[in-house]
Amino acid sequence: MMNIPCPYCGPRNEGEFAFGGPVKPDRPDPNAVSEEDWVTYLTQVPNPLGPVQERWWHVKGCGTWLTIWRDTRTHDIVDGPSDAG
Amino acid sequence: MPRPQTYSIASLLRHGLNHHTTWPRAWRSPPLKDSYDVIIIGAGGHGLATAYHLAHDHGITNVAVLERGWLGGGNIARNTVTIRSNYMRDASIPFYVKSVAMYEGLTRALNFNMMHSKRTMVDVVQTYPKLRELRRRQLTMDIYGATYEQISEAEVRRRIPALTGGGPDARLPIIGGMVHTDAGVNRHDAVAWGYARAIDAMGVEIHQQTPVESLVRAADGAITGVQTNKGLVRAPKVVVAVSGHTTTLTETAGLKLPLRTMNLTAFVSEPVKPLVDVIVNCPDAGFYFSQSDKGEMVIGGAPDMGQSFRRDIKQNVFEDTVTAMLSLFPSFKKLKLMRQWGGHLDIAHDASPIMDETDVPGLFITAGWWGGYKAIPAGGLTLAHLVATGQPHDLMSKFTLKRFRHLDYVMESGTTTAR
Repeated sequence: MMNIPCPYCGPRNEGEFAFGGPVKPDRPDPNAVSEEDWVTYLTQVPNPLGPVQERWWHVKGCGTWLTIWRDTRTHDIVDGPSDAG
Repeated sequence: MPRPQTYSIASLLRHGLNHHTTWPRAWRSPPLKDSYDVIIIGAGGHGLATAYHLAHDHGITNVAVLERGWLGGGNIARNTVTIRSNYMRDASIPFYVKSVAMYEGLTRALNFNMMHSKRTMVDVVQTYPKLRELRRRQLTMDIYGATYEQISEAEVRRRIPALTGGGPDARLPIIGGMVHTDAGVNRHDAVAWGYARAIDAMGVEIHQQTPVESLVRAADGAITGVQTNKGLVRAPKVVVAVSGHTTTLTETAGLKLPLRTMNLTAFVSEPVKPLVDVIVNCPDAGFYFSQSDKGEMVIGGAPDMGQSFRRDIKQNVFEDTVTAMLSLFPSFKKLKLMRQWGGHLDIAHDASPIMDETDVPGLFITAGWWGGYKAIPAGGLTLAHLVATGQPHDLMSKFTLKRFRHLDYVMESGTTTAR
């Protein structure tokens, strides 16, 4: 079980949260980028063996969205991309 | 090279008289050579089946299958052995129909008892959107001769007497079901061992405890081999069949793929007397199970949220699955649970598999197998065809990597059993 730090409610059980997916780069203007970059944006997400940055929604709590780094090997919440768990 | 003897009643009696101490090893452990015609990374179901069809159908036997752990210890041992073909898309149904048919003949083809049990799958439906989705699948499957039939709630309960929940007062009452008579289960170890023994007999080498650390490319960009813990091994063709670690490996060659790695888990109860003789799938509740030949309930649920390389079940996933199961099968409350496991697998952006040569010449991937156990025979057949001939097999011509380039997705709703 993860204890996800909500900025308003403090650490809460992950059962209160809905998963919002990994953080993607900003959506580019499809007319301004190459086709390859546009397809990459649409179809690929970071899939690291290690910390990944992702969005969670405190849907059964205060309703806020938050961003955490989570290690995909252990599910530990870590400080950032270099903080290998 | 000595051929392995055929397993038969006669060999069983002969070795039985010697107290079973004289059985030969089922496959060799030869030293690793410097180069091969083809290297297959991953001695799981798809890697072994691809090696089998390369050797058997195309005569390519100078092949090494490299395995990080031990044979039969990856996802081929981390699933629920469900073999079915109730899919949705024109690209998927013939492929899985072929795979199910090949599984049914695998015992004879490999001279290894797969303990195939064609026992039917029953979908227990509790919502109208799911019923509509499954009826759409039925219409498409009908075109390809796959069996899928709608049944009433009473018929669902007649086929599954232990199903006592989901009555009129339940939050989600059962409204009907679907029956897929082609579905079955078999023995996962036998699949791994049967293929391993067969490819070894044809000269293919299996190297366990041989992790591949990186892919090696030539100056012109083409693949030239792999770096292992035992040194560099060269081959003009390399097949990546490593499930959840596909992107980890291909990124060593600078190749990014539209794949996410997730953790799908299952757990097993203590063995009890025969109670349920079909595979039960409850997509609205979010779990599925079958009773093994030993009597254990083999239970699977929804995947964990988010990407994961873990190989165990998370407590909240486990609790959700058990809660869902008890809502329909309250008598299972008395069952003791014995074991749990998880496998990390990769799912493609459109939830359909990818079998293709990548942008790195000579580098092939078979990935995106979510519930790929049922696809092992046809996956091996078609990937070996691509590797040997350079042309995609008819059954897999839609499962390319190039489809993403044109945003020509094969959106597949039948990929997961439980959702």
